[in-house]
Amino acid sequence: MKCQNCEKPATFHITELTEEEPSELHLCEDHAREYLSTTEAFESEAPPSLAGAFAQQLKVGQTAEELARLDQQSCPVCGITFYEFRNHGRLGCPHDYIAFASELEPLLLNIHGETEHEGKQPIHHAPDEADGLELIRLRREMREAIESEEYEKASELRDLIRNIEGGQTPEN
Amino acid sequence: MNDESDTGPRFDQLTSQCGEWLRGSGPESDIVISSRIRLARNLADFPFIRRCTDHDRTAIESSLHNKLLQSDDLADLIYVDVGQLETVDRQFLVERQLISRELADSDGARSVAIDSREQFSLMVNEEDHLRIQLMKSGLDLDNAWKQINAIDDAIESRVKYAFDKRLGYLTACPTNVGTGMRVSVMLHLPALVITRQIDKVFRSLQKISLAVRGLYGEGSQAMGDFYQISNQITLGRSEVSLIEQVADVVPVLIEYERRARDFLVNESHNDLHDRVSRAYGILCTAQTISSEETMHLLSSVRMGVNLGLIDDLEIPTLNQLFIHTQPAHLQKIHGANLDTADRNAERAIYLRRHLGKGKRPDELENN
Repeated sequence: MKCQNCEKPATFHITELTEEEPSELHLCEDHAREYLSTTEAFESEAPPSLAGAFAQQLKVGQTAEELARLDQQSCPVCGITFYEFRNHGRLGCPHDYIAFASELEPLLLNIHGETEHEGKQPIHHAPDEADGLELIRLRREMREAIESEEYEKASELRDLIRNIEGGQTPEN
Repeated sequence: MNDESDTGPRFDQLTSQCGEWLRGSGPESDIVISSRIRLARNLADFPFIRRCTDHDRTAIESSLHNKLLQSDDLADLIYVDVGQLETVDRQFLVERQLISRELADSDGARSVAIDSREQFSLMVNEEDHLRIQLMKSGLDLDNAWKQINAIDDAIESRVKYAFDKRLGYLTACPTNVGTGMRVSVMLHLPALVITRQIDKVFRSLQKISLAVRGLYGEGSQAMGDFYQISNQITLGRSEVSLIEQVADVVPVLIEYERRARDFLVNESHNDLHDRVSRAYGILCTAQTISSEETMHLLSSVRMGVNLGLIDDLEIPTLNQLFIHTQPAHLQKIHGANLDTADRNAERAIYLRRHLGKGKRPDELENN
């Protein structure tokens, strides 16, 4: 099927529900982009939700292939894939903000209009997260070792975890 | 605070009392019901909830419960293991605004610690490991911030939060990162609804990055003409500046609502008086009534009391009726599970008892 506005193949098939009768549009990528950008700007100037921010990001820059490649990326600490985050809208651990930094930056800008924190900071604990992330990673590795019945490795990991946990600020 | 979950007498204590934020004693409380601030926090050494195993969730829950919630800095707390609660009890806490629907409906280890005066609650294993929430009566955001900031500091002295110098408090959803703070003010805006100006007002709020929601948060209908105004942005602006943004717009909304009320009083006094009186009449005499109709009618009556059209009712009574006539509250007060038809009958009895009080024959005889 050809795009209804030019000779290129129609790769976007949009059902418009805002009119009284639903109408079908068959457009090429360029015309779809143009159509979507004009209708959205018209509909609302509300700040975007997470889903809206994702949709917008896809429209302004990424192709489907780029997105597929992005989706495969995973966090070395918690193991979440970008695909899982994109689908559920929730990150897996604090390190994801670093692991997916280049994807999250435009998203944060889109949602908040800023990318740097202003405001209060923890006063009792220095914001050094190395130990915390190490614990998250080691606990995951230990779980995986148990699942694959590598019990010796699991017990080594358990000792490592206990060492780090023992070295943390004492409870009171 | 007890080690065991309070599902017994202390939980029942909640049924018989009424949260301070419902007393209608705060500034501008004819229009502003409550000011609420919540902070989203996560522990630095656990994955966010989505990647938590059952074991992780249990460890987070017991860590926060044991290590933090026994803090001397925090007032008398009622601890509730939400996972162990009956559906009706979870719903009761949602209606009471002490826990979110998300905490009520999710699975796995999760809990809430409630200040016995219901000023604040600490939700564990909601969307983030810890959600601190504080409510004040009327428009009182500055005091709400002072109090919740101190609670946050007290907790932070015992746990290490996931925090990054550049991005601030790290949260499971990027829409909360930075301050992790949501500031909401709940307003009662019946006159703007009647005069059909409400949509216009909200469209202008959205343009300045403020969100508008119903009584029970995201996705809920604006039942009883209650609307929550809150910040959308959490990153790149300080807590104080985010609070100011909400605090600056609320007086404007109050002014709009007052003008709309004046308009109704001046231009259609009889219609307004009739509407309010009929609403009051139905609430005092109905034999069966749904939650939606109750909210709708109570809204008119509440405005009528504020405008002096009804003189034998107090605002705190009405504020409480909005909450106590919700399905789970009715069942808790009644002491048994009820189906919809029985609830509607029980609701009518409850309303007649609390609204018709001044008109009961025995009382009239005494007067």
